Amino acid sequence: MRKQLSVGRILAWAFLIILLLLTLFPFYWMLRTALSNNTALAGNPSSLLPVETTLGAFKRVLGLSTIEEAQAQGGSGASVNFWLYLRNSVVVATITTVCQVFFSAMAAYAFARLRWPGRDKVFAVFLAALMVPPIFTTLPNFVLIKNLGLLNSFAGIILPGAFMTPFAIFFLRQFFLSISRELEEAAMIDGAGHPRIFFGMIIPLSAAPIATLAILTYINSWNDYFWPLLVGQQENVRVLTVALGVFRSQTPQGGPDWAGLMAATLIAALPMIILFLAFAKRITNSIGFSGIK
Amino acid sequence: MTAVTNAPPNERSHGGQAPPPPKRRRLGDLKVAMIFLLPATIGFVVFYIWPTLRGAYLSFTEYSLLEAPKFNGLDNYDRMIHDSFFWNALVVTLEYVVINIGVQTVLAVAIAMVMYRLTRSITVRAAILLPYLVANVVVALVWYWMLDFQVGIVNQGLTWLGIDPIAFFGESNWAIPTIAGINVWRHMGYTALLVFAGLQTIPAYVYEAAEVDGAGEMKTFWRITLPLLRPVLVMVLVVTMIGSFQIFDTVAVTTRGGPINSTRVIYYYIFERAFTRFDFGYASAMAMVLFVILAIVSLLQIRLLRAKESDLA
Repeated sequence: MRKQLSVGRILAWAFLIILLLLTLFPFYWMLRTALSNNTALAGNPSSLLPVETTLGAFKRVLGLSTIEEAQAQGGSGASVNFWLYLRNSVVVATITTVCQVFFSAMAAYAFARLRWPGRDKVFAVFLAALMVPPIFTTLPNFVLIKNLGLLNSFAGIILPGAFMTPFAIFFLRQFFLSISRELEEAAMIDGAGHPRIFFGMIIPLSAAPIATLAILTYINSWNDYFWPLLVGQQENVRVLTVALGVFRSQTPQGGPDWAGLMAATLIAALPMIILFLAFAKRITNSIGFSGIK
Repeated sequence: MTAVTNAPPNERSHGGQAPPPPKRRRLGDLKVAMIFLLPATIGFVVFYIWPTLRGAYLSFTEYSLLEAPKFNGLDNYDRMIHDSFFWNALVVTLEYVVINIGVQTVLAVAIAMVMYRLTRSITVRAAILLPYLVANVVVALVWYWMLDFQVGIVNQGLTWLGIDPIAFFGESNWAIPTIAGINVWRHMGYTALLVFAGLQTIPAYVYEAAEVDGAGEMKTFWRITLPLLRPVLVMVLVVTMIGSFQIFDTVAVTTRGGPINSTRVIYYYIFERAFTRFDFGYASAMAMVLFVILAIVSLLQIRLLRAKESDLA
């Protein structure tokens, strides 16, 4: 019985290790390819190390090499500037996160800490919006943004997500509900009004969940593809995900610039990987039931 | 700010259960609440409520974005019934969802069980979550490269094993399973963590009792763990399945619907209709149908699997 159990444990460990390898290998392969010389890649497709190690692919996609240099290393020679797309992604994700989290926190305060008639009914209506699939609202939202003349502007990309999401309100409301009311009453007796309670008490006391929500919002906004694809095609507002799609479709069918493509995907993925590593514990622990998204 | 009310011990209880209070009390913090709710309400009305209503209306119109929408009754829906591309899109999407959710759920439960028994290491959990934090587009392109017919590492490995290389994206039979597999890779860790959280809600005494009764590993899993996990599994299934139906990014950057329509999923078909043919009315009607399908699927799952009841009661 005991021996059987330990065989089972060995198998389970083997399963887990294979799984971890499968999970992490593509990240390594991205790096390995990005550091390779694209013209030499095809000759050595299964080398585990970079082929003719070079930073050429990164220089190419960041627009730092001349057309001749790029073409010598198997690039298409088309001008790409991932610095610009990186900046655009930072702008979009930052503004979206700050506004969405702040406004959602205000709403969550009204739903959790204030008493007013119809409160729970209004909250239910907000939550019901979770049921509507994004594509359904995306089409009319596109028409609206187009009619407002905001196509290909940061405002157009950011606005629909800037005010709230039902999930953010739901998530924060849960935490605001758990704060003891005595604290709030004591503050009120001291003459504190609602703005002071909100900024001076509720927000500091909920710093941890607010930070978690902000990180998750940032990641989601950074990774979003569909909406910026519709409203932000032009180069001056093109975010990384959209730029990757364009880069992929521009790559010649015969000899794709794999090294360049992987360098570009790495540039898009790395900020999120770093953000995740910095807050791995917090993000990982947040995936539970409140984290269902 | 004189509206200091005594809070009932249960914060979640409804506000209006007390005998009718004076008007001032009844309105409570309404004024303050309106200020705090103002930005969220603007966003909610403008970008959720209004587009939902407008989307429903557009589905009964002919609308090319150039001129005002023209009401045409049920024409779009009638057209949909006869549109073989629409039916193909539904079938392809369904195939994707079945493979994606089937494989992903089984793997997620297996991973969660293994983690539960072996390790609580945050490093392991963080590592399996990592793919979920990277954009769909990035994941799709990395696998597009790794699965390349000629120089992709996976086909190199297959050749090394003596298997003929497979055109993962180029052959109609392989395209959907490939895309489903890629998204299993991205989501299984996340799903496993949800199940893992569920496993921790099962009290230890149940397992102890099973052990005392001499139940083996397998029997304990099928008879105890799985039934007690059911409410969590239903939630996980509803959430992941709704997400799965909305597959778009991976298709958009790899196969773009091909080869020969084999990956033209419903989201992609709606996107094509709306943004390359400017057939907004028809696209809205299809989005409406997708909406209804998703609502039915979630309701069915919750009903059939009795999500709310726990067997532990």
